[in-house]
Amino acid sequence: MFNSTHSAPPPFWSNGPAPGAFYNFPGTVAPVTNPITHTQSPVTTSTSIVSITYDKGVLIAGDLLASYGSLARYKNCPRVIEINPNIIMGAGGDYADFQYVKSFIEQKIIDEDCLDDGLKMKPKSLYCWLTRIMYQRRSKLDPFWNNLVVGGIQDGVPFLGTVDKLGTAYTDKVICTGYGAHIALPVLRDALDKKPNLNLNEAKQLIKKCMEVLFYRDARSYPKYQLGMIDVDEGVKIEGPISVEENWNIAYMT
Amino acid sequence: MMQTGIRPYYPDYSTVPVERQINPYADNGGSVVAIAGKDFVVIGADTRLSSGFSIYTRNQNKLFPLSETTVLGCSGCWCDTLTLTRILKSRMQMYHQEHNKNMSTTAAAQMLSTMLYYKRFFPYYISNILVGLDNEGKGCVYSYDPVGHCEKATYRAGGSAGALLQPLLDNQIGQKNLQKPSQEDLTQEKALSTLKDVFISAAERDIYTGDSVLIKIITKDGTKEETFDLRRD
Repeated sequence: MFNSTHSAPPPFWSNGPAPGAFYNFPGTVAPVTNPITHTQSPVTTSTSIVSITYDKGVLIAGDLLASYGSLARYKNCPRVIEINPNIIMGAGGDYADFQYVKSFIEQKIIDEDCLDDGLKMKPKSLYCWLTRIMYQRRSKLDPFWNNLVVGGIQDGVPFLGTVDKLGTAYTDKVICTGYGAHIALPVLRDALDKKPNLNLNEAKQLIKKCMEVLFYRDARSYPKYQLGMIDVDEGVKIEGPISVEENWNIAYMT
Repeated sequence: MMQTGIRPYYPDYSTVPVERQINPYADNGGSVVAIAGKDFVVIGADTRLSSGFSIYTRNQNKLFPLSETTVLGCSGCWCDTLTLTRILKSRMQMYHQEHNKNMSTTAAAQMLSTMLYYKRFFPYYISNILVGLDNEGKGCVYSYDPVGHCEKATYRAGGSAGALLQPLLDNQIGQKNLQKPSQEDLTQEKALSTLKDVFISAAERDIYTGDSVLIKIITKDGTKEETFDLRRD
């Protein structure tokens, strides 16, 4: 049997290296010939955020739709949230990423509550922290696909800032993301040029108008929205769902 | 038998290069111009932050004071600018606490170059111009490329309108191609008015430059600040 010339010797062990060869650890060889093409792009998305500061606070509005491409998939997705009595936040872009971001912000708030030092996180701190988180993820080339808008009151002064998926961050008196940056932002900037210090009512009217125009022009929008409000005197309120006043009379043939 | 079939694939242990789609950089525009004189230096940056045809904000400061006598002007990818300037700020503080003195402009200039080169293979996409007074009180300008190449100059234009403005400064400040170059030293007034003029010109042609200019004038007496409106279209 040992002298037979026609049969190969049996293997030493299964999956093992051949005699004199090295063992190949799994995962060190490409499973396919090409590098893995792993496309990072948003899936379930929400559209614009519209926000404005007024003399005593900040308003942030966003509709309740989460789209699956052009399909209006989920029609009750809140994305304007209260962080703590100092801060509200709105988010656009990938809804799953937003839910994840929201979950670790909430955990951060709990962690800080557990310190029991009587301090609450301030809007600029959250804004700065989110800037670093978004930048870190973009540096890993695996970004959170969101536009985040942070509003709040810091030292009695309204604060409004935004961070995008790259970590690009800025503060301004009006901030709109997505389609709103093209349609709502010029309306709000124009109003602010004419009257730099708006009161709550004027700001609310403007937001209402913007959400209306956006609903008519943005194909990924929805006629129900939430309005987040933070006010020096009245604190945080998330109103809604608010319905856009629709008028389709013009669409009928006479 | 030797197993030659497909091995299980464990993404976490994979050493295979992964191709991803997103572009980590953005061009947020902006221009910075700096002019140095014998005992002063002026630096100006426009306040428009934009991306493509959208203006994010009309009021964004792009000048970062690093010490009493040193200012950095940044334009390009804004998220990188935020990160770089934040690290720079802490490095300046660490230097102060270790040496019990402020970092000199020349040292800050070298440090910036080193910090940029440290990120050689994933650079900060920023056009930096650092200005200040050196140890003799003389104005100086340092300009950088994104990977840390550093050049000392007396005047420099950088950012989205940099290529547009530099030849103008070569002529007006550098006295290049003139029949009768002036023999006198550059005055602060001349530097300031030229700086304003070039920004007006840039705002005419460059859509990423406009809204207003923030100017810092550094002399031995400290830093003065002024703003100057540009066209907003």
